[in-house]
Amino acid sequence: MSKPHHETGIVLTEEQKRRRRARSIAIALSLAALAILFYAVTLVKGPGVLQRPL
Amino acid sequence: MSLASESADLCGPVGADAGLAPAFSTAEVGDYIALLKPRVMSLVVFTAFVGLMIAPVPMHPVMAFTALLCIAVGAGAAGALNMWYDADIDAKMTRTSARPIPAGRILPGEALAFGLTLAAFSIVVLGLLVSLAAAALLAFTIFFYVVIYTMWLKRQTPQNIVIGGAAGAFPPMIGWAAATGGISLESVLLFLIIFFWTPPHFWALSLYRTEDYARAGIPMLPVVSGERETRRQILLYTLVLAPLGVAPWLFGFAGPVYGVIAIIGGAAMVALALRVMYDRSGPAARASKQLFAFSILYLFLLFAFLLVDRALGSHFGLVG
Repeated sequence: MSKPHHETGIVLTEEQKRRRRARSIAIALSLAALAILFYAVTLVKGPGVLQRPL
Repeated sequence: MSLASESADLCGPVGADAGLAPAFSTAEVGDYIALLKPRVMSLVVFTAFVGLMIAPVPMHPVMAFTALLCIAVGAGAAGALNMWYDADIDAKMTRTSARPIPAGRILPGEALAFGLTLAAFSIVVLGLLVSLAAAALLAFTIFFYVVIYTMWLKRQTPQNIVIGGAAGAFPPMIGWAAATGGISLESVLLFLIIFFWTPPHFWALSLYRTEDYARAGIPMLPVVSGERETRRQILLYTLVLAPLGVAPWLFGFAGPVYGVIAIIGGAAMVALALRVMYDRSGPAARASKQLFAFSILYLFLLFAFLLVDRALGSHFGLVG
């Protein structure tokens, strides 16, 4: 006997799982790049990292 | 509908091919990149880079990279929001029907959330790390492109791309503001060059895409006022553009190399606009296509030689 729909939920196909994995990796890489960027800017600007011209 | 068939619909092929739109994201990473309009973004980044590089205040490379990244992401966000709002008319036009939303690869809500998130990030990061003035200009540019151009003017008036073209003209001004913290005559001139370049560029395109725009119900100038008036307007704007292109040399912030390129390029633009206006011997679309293609090269050359001149000026003192 198969499980009710609310228990099985949405079942992704292999292709959809691959796409979700690719999106997750892209988000992770973007966040890592952002962290590296903030680190580099902090090194360049030093303690006054938020001081900038108008 | 049975639970099994409902589940099959939800998990089946995406978008236009599916019986139901999927309730979750099924997009490829490339679809999100397409939402950013990479080709438009490349021109935005290039003109912003030139504005930033020719500014009299030098920037640290990391800060310059940060500024350009924010401007690029902000431009991409505006592109995504434009595609979200225009999905209905994009579906009717040959040129745009394969975009991710009309093709059913990305849900409208996804594009909206993506665009808003990137817009907020780019403005806040630019404002916090680089320059408040540049961030304010970037915010205004995104607002202008999405609300003033996309939501209001594009479907209302044949002057849509004249006024809306301002959005595409702001990037060098943002680059300049990122370096200097303000705006000046030089950055306003760069703005004006792109502002007056936009109408002949897009009207040349619209002359051979008239049916596409008419089918989508967009009141482009050839659709509303006819080809003859469009050709006349192209020539008028080009006659303003050509001397504006030379102005950076005349005002003394570009050197003779730029001046020569601007004069030759401007003369070629006017010659092509005259051909669009008067030459009816060949296929109507040919002259328009040539003007459209050359206008891209012309703008690229103007900005590239601003950079070249600045580099030559730094080494040989050619720029006053």
